[in-house]
Amino acid sequence: MAGKDKKIKVPRATMPEQAPEVRRRNFMEVPLGLTDEMAMTEAARCLQCKKPACVEGCPVSVDIPGFIQKIADGDFSGAIERLWDKNALPAVCGRVCPQEIQCEGNCILGKKGSSVAIGYLERFAADKARELGTGALPKVAEKTGKKVAVIGSGPSGLTVAGDLVVKGHDVTIFEAFHQTGGVLVYGIPEFRLPKDIVAAEVATLEKLGVKIELNSVVGSTVTIDELFEEGFDAAYVGVGAGLPRFMNLPGENLIGVFSANEYLTRANLMKAYLFPEYDTPIARGKNVVVLGAGNVAMDAARTAMRLGADSVKVVYRRSREEMPARAEELHHAEQEGIEFVLLTNPTQFFGNDEGRLTGMECLKMELGEPDESGRRRPVAIEGSEYRIDCDLVVVSVGAKANPLLTNSTPDIDLNRWGNIVADPATGKTSKKAVWAGGDIATGMATVILAMGAGRDAANSIHDYLTIGW
Amino acid sequence: MFKIVNREEMAQGTIILNEIEAPRIARKAKPGQFVILQSNEKGERIPLTMADVDPDKGTITIIYMVVGKSTASFGKMAVGEEYFAVIGPLGKATHIEKRGKVVCVGGGTGIAVLHPITRGLKEAGNHVTTILGSRNKDLLILEDKMSKASDTLHICTDDGSKGHHGFVTDVLKDVLEKEDISLVVAIGPVPMMKFVSAITKEKGVETLVSLNPIMVDGTGMCGGCRVSVGGETKFACVDGPEFDGHKVDYDELSNRLRAYLDDEKKSVDDSEKNA
Ligand SMILES: Cc1cc2nc3c(=O)[nH]c(=O)nc-3n(C[C@H](O)[C@H](O)[C@H](O)COP(=O)(O)OP(=O)(O)OC[C@H]3O[C@@H](n4cnc5c(N)ncnc54)[C@H](O)[C@@H]3O)c2cc1C
Ligand SMILES: Cc1cc2nc3c(=O)[nH]c(=O)nc-3n(C[C@H](O)[C@H](O)[C@H](O)COP(=O)(O)OP(=O)(O)OC[C@H]3O[C@@H](n4cnc5c(N)ncnc54)[C@H](O)[C@@H]3O)c2cc1C
Ligand code: SF4
Ligand code: FES
Repeated sequence: MAGKDKKIKVPRATMPEQAPEVRRRNFMEVPLGLTDEMAMTEAARCLQCKKPACVEGCPVSVDIPGFIQKIADGDFSGAIERLWDKNALPAVCGRVCPQEIQCEGNCILGKKGSSVAIGYLERFAADKARELGTGALPKVAEKTGKKVAVIGSGPSGLTVAGDLVVKGHDVTIFEAFHQTGGVLVYGIPEFRLPKDIVAAEVATLEKLGVKIELNSVVGSTVTIDELFEEGFDAAYVGVGAGLPRFMNLPGENLIGVFSANEYLTRANLMKAYLFPEYDTPIARGKNVVVLGAGNVAMDAARTAMRLGADSVKVVYRRSREEMPARAEELHHAEQEGIEFVLLTNPTQFFGNDEGRLTGMECLKMELGEPDESGRRRPVAIEGSEYRIDCDLVVVSVGAKANPLLTNSTPDIDLNRWGNIVADPATGKTSKKAVWAGGDIATGMATVILAMGAGRDAANSIHDYLTIGW
Repeated sequence: MFKIVNREEMAQGTIILNEIEAPRIARKAKPGQFVILQSNEKGERIPLTMADVDPDKGTITIIYMVVGKSTASFGKMAVGEEYFAVIGPLGKATHIEKRGKVVCVGGGTGIAVLHPITRGLKEAGNHVTTILGSRNKDLLILEDKMSKASDTLHICTDDGSKGHHGFVTDVLKDVLEKEDISLVVAIGPVPMMKFVSAITKEKGVETLVSLNPIMVDGTGMCGGCRVSVGGETKFACVDGPEFDGHKVDYDELSNRLRAYLDDEKKSVDDSEKNA
């Protein structure tokens, strides 16, 4: 055990980052990446457990000790191949997975000291491969002549497309927007996930033979049944959770109140932060309030800061412990001067006679009895109303299933929230030859779960195309 | 993709028609639906109603007024050039059925939006009275086509250079007095729709209007297009763009259309500086 104790004493790698006072005003990526040496030192901390707890915490069971050992050995292309075995988008996952509640949360080293920085190493291996052009493209199997339509190009759709094209099927992605990537391009900002990383992943798929039809809103431009008539043999629905939730408070339609979807789509997909070089404008608030405390809320708050805000407040009705965002996002946000106003709930918005937002009213809350989710329910403190002056509010309290596609396909069963009912093991829906997965089936979840669902569905689609439904 | 196959100028070059290749959209489009276009990768997503479609030729036609940077950039595109993106058909189609006597009221480029609906109403067997308004006779568009699609056509100009000297609402009041009208469709500037709705509400005549809030995706994903109808928030891109004119909060819509006024000016200034 001497070796183990020694390893516990080696400090966990610290990610080099842009300084908070600099980065809070630019859109460049915050973490700068580990050097080769830092990565190899960090990789050497791994105990190479016989029964690795980290792998159990990984939704797609990446061979974590395996890829880490390759990094420790300096075999970087070996590392990426291990990762690709289970995860088609490691450069993305290394940046956005909630490692602290998955692999790293389980890592044995974390019990006594700090866990191995698995996320940093995953990102390192993927960036290295992209930089050096190493890691061979997977071999494409002989053509099967079967055609698959993948609807939506978020992480789940991209995974299905990649897996099935490698198995020899003819794959076409139909994407509603003019760009591929789903939330990875329209939601998650450049400073957290550079868009050329997503573009590189999509370019790889195209090299493997995946066809992409942009500007195709399935349900409007073409229906699933029409795709079958056009000769597709199977369809995968990975359209995400694209319907914003508002709070239905008085004044919510004032100019200056936005859904996170609109605010982030303008900023990221339409590149409004580069206005007027790009044509799409975005409201640049001086006093900004973001409602909610998930990753989406942190992205909105940090974007507002970068667009020149004097103050940005995150208003959340529960307490610090319940904030659902990744630990790193909360930490980065605080470093950048975002203020957390906890146990506080909005009740109405105020505007001027031009219909522009000038402020909002909030109620203070206290924690009461636990609710169904096991979290203590926030209860309003009577008479605690107070006003916050603000000129921009971003509502980030979740998203629901967008009914556009499912309305046009009545034979796909939905649950009571409007999400598609899909077999958790295979992704099969109630409609023959149609699979679904990712946020449209689960409600807003994570990138890795969307990819995991995509992989399971791809296997099931392959079985269907080669064996039968 | 999305090649311009025909281009016309109307109303002294202030209004442009583009016929664009978009076979998938042309196959599905119905009157009242719209598309979202981008002229180039850096461009804004701009919603425009389809004024016509030709499913056999695989083309759609848009008619737009040059009002700002994006519509100006559309207007500069020549036949043979391609739009970067065209998405659609979006929004609910107009519910067209036989109602008896109907009135169609159009103003500005709203006339282009109104045309396929008017034609549809006539084909469905309705008796159609159309009232068109514009600032002067040179800015009036589609008079011939609207005349063909209607049983009776009234023209109104603000300066009296053609037809009735005054607003469409004057003529509308008259028509509502004399005839038993079961439906009014009003499409044009927000104040026009507001005043038409006020008149028809008093008379209890059902009225459809087509709303034009600022949009981004056009698929119900962003909520930027929200409008208040009967006290409820609706997303115009998926729940509309047509709504019961008696229930729309026009003042909120007018305000929201001014959300980016300063930026729009900056955008135009910036592009003129670069030109
Ligand atoms: C701002 C933000 C930050 C986030 N941060 C994190 C994070 O840090 N870590 C994490 O793990 N998760 C994060 N998430 C959640 C994660 O991004 C999602 O769970 C994941 O992207 C879901 O993937 P998906 O493939 O199911 O759908 P999406 O990524 O939503 O992609 C769906 C795609 O389908 C397209 N589409 C929709 N309708 C149609 C149609 N009718 N026809 C054709 N195409 C259509 C959409 O345009 C989109 O491109 C975040 C989400 C947001 C919004
Ligand atoms: C469903 C729908 C159908 C429409 N159909 C037609 C049509 O057939 N013909 C026509 O001439 N016009 C139509 N419009 C209006 C047209 O979209 C706007 O005139 C156009 O977006 C102006 O853009 P701009 O950059 O040229 O001008 P800007 O200077 O940017 O804006 C001028 C005004 O147009 C509005 N506007 C700006 N951006 C948008 C946007 N992204 N979406 C909606 N409105 C915006 C604002 O009120 C703004 O003040 C329609 C709008 C909607 C929502
Ligand atoms: S649990 Fe930690 S130490 Fe063990 S294999 Fe996984 S990363 Fe290495
Ligand atoms: S334009 Fe985004 S929801 Fe209507």
